[in-house]
Amino acid sequence: MVTAEQVWNALAEIPDPEIPVISLVDLGVIRDVGVANGTVRVAFTPTFLGCPALEVMRDAMAERIRELGAEPEIEVLKDDSWSTDRITPQGREKLRVSGFAPPAPREASAPTLVQLQSNVFRCPYCGSTDTKLENIFGPTPCRSLRYCPSCRQPFEQFKTI
Amino acid sequence: MNESEARSLLEIADDELILGWRDSEWTGIAPLLEEDVAFSSIAQNEIGHARALYELVAGEQGTTADELAFDRAPEEYRCTRLVELRLLDWEKTIARHYLYEQADAARLEQLKQSDDAEIAGLAAKIDREEAYHRMHAQMWFDRLKDEPRFTAALDELRPLLDAGRDEHSPELAELWVEMTMVRRSQPAGTAW
Repeated sequence: MVTAEQVWNALAEIPDPEIPVISLVDLGVIRDVGVANGTVRVAFTPTFLGCPALEVMRDAMAERIRELGAEPEIEVLKDDSWSTDRITPQGREKLRVSGFAPPAPREASAPTLVQLQSNVFRCPYCGSTDTKLENIFGPTPCRSLRYCPSCRQPFEQFKTI
Repeated sequence: MNESEARSLLEIADDELILGWRDSEWTGIAPLLEEDVAFSSIAQNEIGHARALYELVAGEQGTTADELAFDRAPEEYRCTRLVELRLLDWEKTIARHYLYEQADAARLEQLKQSDDAEIAGLAAKIDREEAYHRMHAQMWFDRLKDEPRFTAALDELRPLLDAGRDEHSPELAELWVEMTMVRRSQPAGTAW
């Protein structure tokens, strides 16, 4: 009989399809794991609703659960319960080491352009906070593009959600 | 979810689907590389919102998101005229973007207050993402607000927001052909 702990451990080995340095557990998208009568129920929240990695993540979770000998049941929660604040401290560190600046903490109101243009975002390469917003949007819905004049390096900033 | 809630969710879903398609028409040909990336990303978000909204309504009506999105006739869509237009000039694209995001913010604010927890939760999620679209629209508005071509585009397009959702432009039917082509080409009885 599979245990919830075994399921969490298995899910912690699934890489994010678009940023493979970080696992689904690090990303904080798995909200709950329930085990009953050979069925494993996973409550899962998408990062962005239009994220094309959603199906890939869902299928990867189902496959790992079947490998554990249980029947998967993946529930996708489409409410506001996922925030970038749910990325674990280990996950944030893995992002930074790979050149992605981790997201700023979520506030009650949505971020503003003035905030994005301010000097609170730290370059993941040299640590300077003298960085500039280049584009609110980036290669995936969850990332913005910034530039660090200190080390002359462009980098990707995880958007706060 | 009552009937009027389902109707308004469908209106928003149709707006986001059609606008997502229109925004994606800038992919590869936007005047700046940054905007190519921005409009492609915005398009992806809008279509993601449309899908989540269709799924919510579909669950209630015993149908599927794909059936709602692609199996209705063009005249059955409930989108606003503003999103239907194929706009190949930049000032009009930005004017539409700005007008749409303002109107969208107001209705999302209302939906967030819904007594239906699923509707309120989804609206809150969508609104967090739309905040980035609004910043982008505002940035361009501030840059262009004194340009006569831009203010003329705003004046021209603004009335379309209130032009009703029963009548559609021929451009919607043209887009519909393109948008549903893959789905309509599926041989009967096969599953993908």
